[in-house]
Amino acid sequence: MLRTWIQRITLTDILVWAIGLVILVGVIWGSIVTLETGKYSAENWTDLTITGLALGGVYALIALGYTLVYGILRMINFAHSEVFMSGPFTATFMADALIVLGWWNKYPLLSLVIVLLVAAAVSSVIAILLERIAYRPLRAAPRLVPLITAIGASFFLQYVFRGLYGSGLKGYPEMEIFKGFWVLSGIRIFKTQAAAIVGAVVMMLILYGIVQWTKIGKAMRSVSEDKEVAALMGINVDRVITITFAIGGAAAGVAGILYLLLFPVAHFFMGFFPGLKAFTAAVLGGIGNVPGAFLGAMVLGLLESIGPNLFLDGLGIPAPNQLKDAIAFAILVLILIFRPTGLLGERLAQAKA
Amino acid sequence: MHTQPPARWKQAVQSGLIGGAVALLLALVGMVATFNERFIVSGAVTMGQIIFLAPILFLVYSGIRRTAPQSTPTLILSGVLSGLAGSAVLAALVLIGRFVNLRAMFVNASPKLYDILTFGQEFSLGLPILLGSGLVVGGIAAGVLRLSPQWRSALMQATLWTVLIGLLRDLIVIVTVRWGPLAYVVKWFFASSGLTILGAVIIFVLIGALGFWRAGGPALARNRVPASRRQLVRWVRRAGVGVVLLLLPPVLGIFFSEILDNVMMYILMGIGLNIVVGFAGLLDLGYVAFFAIGAYTMGALTSPELGFFNMTYWQALPFAMIASVLSGILLGLPVLKMRGDYLAIVTLGFGEIVRLLALSDWLRPWLGGTQGIQLVAQPRLGGFVLNTQQELYYLFLIGVGIVAFIAWRLKDSRIGRAWMALREDEDVASAMGINHITIKLMAFATGALFSGVAGTIFAAKLTSIYPHSMNFLVSINVLCLIILGGMGSIPGVFVGSLVLIGAPELLREFAEYRYLVYGALLVAMMLTKPEGLWPEERRRLELHEAEEVALPEEVAAAPASD
Repeated sequence: MLRTWIQRITLTDILVWAIGLVILVGVIWGSIVTLETGKYSAENWTDLTITGLALGGVYALIALGYTLVYGILRMINFAHSEVFMSGPFTATFMADALIVLGWWNKYPLLSLVIVLLVAAAVSSVIAILLERIAYRPLRAAPRLVPLITAIGASFFLQYVFRGLYGSGLKGYPEMEIFKGFWVLSGIRIFKTQAAAIVGAVVMMLILYGIVQWTKIGKAMRSVSEDKEVAALMGINVDRVITITFAIGGAAAGVAGILYLLLFPVAHFFMGFFPGLKAFTAAVLGGIGNVPGAFLGAMVLGLLESIGPNLFLDGLGIPAPNQLKDAIAFAILVLILIFRPTGLLGERLAQAKA
Repeated sequence: MHTQPPARWKQAVQSGLIGGAVALLLALVGMVATFNERFIVSGAVTMGQIIFLAPILFLVYSGIRRTAPQSTPTLILSGVLSGLAGSAVLAALVLIGRFVNLRAMFVNASPKLYDILTFGQEFSLGLPILLGSGLVVGGIAAGVLRLSPQWRSALMQATLWTVLIGLLRDLIVIVTVRWGPLAYVVKWFFASSGLTILGAVIIFVLIGALGFWRAGGPALARNRVPASRRQLVRWVRRAGVGVVLLLLPPVLGIFFSEILDNVMMYILMGIGLNIVVGFAGLLDLGYVAFFAIGAYTMGALTSPELGFFNMTYWQALPFAMIASVLSGILLGLPVLKMRGDYLAIVTLGFGEIVRLLALSDWLRPWLGGTQGIQLVAQPRLGGFVLNTQQELYYLFLIGVGIVAFIAWRLKDSRIGRAWMALREDEDVASAMGINHITIKLMAFATGALFSGVAGTIFAAKLTSIYPHSMNFLVSINVLCLIILGGMGSIPGVFVGSLVLIGAPELLREFAEYRYLVYGALLVAMMLTKPEGLWPEERRRLELHEAEEVALPEEVAAAPASD
C-alpha cells in the first residue's frame, strides 16, 4: 500500500506539496505571532468577523449563479460578474427616481422592495439575453469556444455600461433606516451589515427551496445530471436553462444591492473582483452545490477580512490589507490543487464532461 | 425557401428592428457622436453616419437574403420596409429625447447626438430625413441583392476601400507629405479630414473597376506561372517583404514608428500566447504576469534607482529570460491537472496576484510599489544606444523574427505535434505515450519566455515600469488578437496585431470603445468563425468536424448556401 503510493508520487507532486507546506507554515507562524503580540483587540476581531460575514453573504448570492450554471452547462459564466454589476447600476437610478418622488425616506420598505424587484428583474433579463444570444448557439462547440465567448461578453457588457452611463462613480443614497448600528450582547453591528447578512440568508433559503422542492428545481437537477435523458423524460431543456440563468441573474441582482449597502458606489468595473471571488467561493464550497456555495462564500468572506491581519501582519508584511485580493486568489489556486472537489462538492475539476 | 408573404413582411420588419436596435446602442454608447468628428468624404459623409447606418444596412441585407423573395418589387418593398423599421427606432429616440431629458440616465443622449441623427437639420425636417435615410439604405440593401455576383463584389470592395482610405487619411497624408510629386497628387485627393468628393469618386470608381475586372477576369494569374519559376517568385516576394519591413521606420516617421513598436510588441507576446492557447489548447488569462516578470526583472537588475546590480540591458536579459521561464513552470506545476475553465480562472488569479504583489508596499524595496521603477537601462550596441522609437523597432523586429522562426519550427516538430495532440484529446495523447507533464510545462515555459522578452523590451523602451500597465487588459488584448487571427496560426498573430493594436492607435477616437469592440468581436468570432481570419488548417478542421461528418462530400466542398 505504502509502497505503491511511494512509487506513484512524482517530482511535481513533491514540489506542489512543498509549496503547500511552506504556505501552511507561513499561515500558522503568522497567526501565532499576531496573536502573541496582541496588536488587535477582541473588538477588532469581532468587527472583522462581521464584515467578513456580510461580504460572504454577498459572495454567496453571486456564487449561486456560477454554481447553478456550471452544474447544468459545465461552463464558467464569466459574464456573471457583469450581470451582478447591472444590479447596482439599476438600483442607483431607481433610488434617484424614488428620491425625486419623495418616497425614499417616507416609505423606506416599499422603496427597498421596488429597488430590489427592479434590479433583480434587470439582472435576470441580462442573464437571459446573454444565454440566448451568446451561449445557446455554442452548446455543442468545443469547450474553449463558449469560454472565450463568455470573456468577450463580459467585456462587451462592461464597456456598454461604461458607454451608456459614463465612467464615473455613481453614488447610492443611504436610507435613514440603515444609518447607525445596533449593539447585540456587547457586539457592535452596523445596520447595513445586518441587512446584508439577513438578506443573503433569506435569499439563499428561498433559492435553495426553489432548487430543492419545486418542480422547476427538480427539472434543473435532472438536467444537470444528464441533459439527454432529461429531455427524453419530457423536460424542456432549453426552458430549464433559461430559467436557471434567470434565477442566477436575479440572485446576482439582489447581491448587487446588498453590496451597495456595504459599499455605496456603482461603477462599471465593480463586477470584476466580486465576480472572481464569488467564483472562488463556488469552487471552495464545491461547484454545482448550492449549500456549498453558501459555505464557501462565508469561509472566503471571513478569510478575506480576517486573513490579512491574522496571517500577514504576523509575518511582518506592511499594509497587509493591500494583499486581501491576493489572498482570495491564492485560496482559489490552493483549493484547486489540494481539494478540487471543494468542501462539500462531489464533482472533480478534472472531470471532463 | 419560399416563405409565406405575411411571415416575410414580419421577418423583414424584425431584422430591420434588430438593426435599428444595434444602431441605437451604438448611438447611446457614444460611438456615433465621437466618430462624427471624422469625415470619410469631406463635407458629405462622416464616420458617425456610417456607424448608425451600417448596422441597419447589414441586418436588412442579411434579413432579406434569408427570406429571398422572388420578384423584384417584393424584394425592394421588403428592403424598404425593413430599412424604415430600422430608422424608426432611431427616430423614436430623437422624438422621445425631444420631450424627455434622457441625459439623466444615458450620458450620451445629448442634443449633439440628435443633431447628428437628423443630419443637422431642424427637428421637423430632420425626422423625415432620418426615416428617409433608412428607407434608402433598405432599398440599397435590397437592390444589391438583385445584382449579379460580379457587380456585387465590385461594389462592396469599392465601398469598403473608400471608407478605409478615408479613415486612414492621416497616415497616408503624413507619410506621403515628404515625397514631393506624390504629395501633390495626394493633396488633391484628401481634404483636411477625409477624402475630397472628387477623390472619393475616383477611388470608388478605380477600385470598383479593378474589382469588377478581377471577379470576372480569367482564372487567377498565379496558375500561369510555371512550376519552376514559382519558387523564385516566392523568394522574390519574401525578399520584398523583408526590405519593406526594414525600411518602414524611416519612411513612417517617429509617430507611426511608435505605433509600429506597439504592434511588434504585441506580435511578440501573441506568438508566445499562441503556443500556449493555440498549439497546446491551454487557455491562459494571466499572460500579462510573465510580461510583468520580464519587465520587472529587467528593471530591478538594471535600474540605478534601486541600486542592486546596475547591469546593462544585455547582461540582464538572460536573467529576465530565466525568471520568466521559471515563473512559467511555477504557474504550470499546480495547474497541470486542471483543464479548460479552471485553468483560465487560475491563470487569471495568478496574473492578479503578480500585479497586486508589484503594487504592494511589502515588495516596495525591490519592485518600487505603486511608483514603479525608473531609469531602466536601454540596450546598447557598441557605443550606440537604442533609444528612439525607430531604433527600437529594429530590436523588436529581430525579436519577432527569432521568435516567429522558433514558433514556426516548433509547430511541426515532435513537441509541436505533441501539443496539438494534447489539445485535441489529453487522454488519448497520454495513452499514445506523450508525457503530458513535460509537454505542458514546455508550453507554459515557452510562452512565458516570449512574453518576458517582450516585457524587457517594453521596459527598455519606456525606461520605466508602472504596475498599473500590467493589468488584465493586456492579457485580453493578446488573447483577442490571436483569436482574431486564428488560434494556432502564426501569420494570424501578425494580422490580429495589426488590426487590433494598430487600428486603435491610428484612430484615436476608437481607443475609448476599444474593449467594447473587442468584446463584441470575441463573441462574434466565436459564433461565426471560431477558427479566425487566417486559420490554421488543422484547427479549422477540428472546429468544423461536426459539419463535415454530417454533409456528403460534394455538398461540403461547395460554398455554404444557407
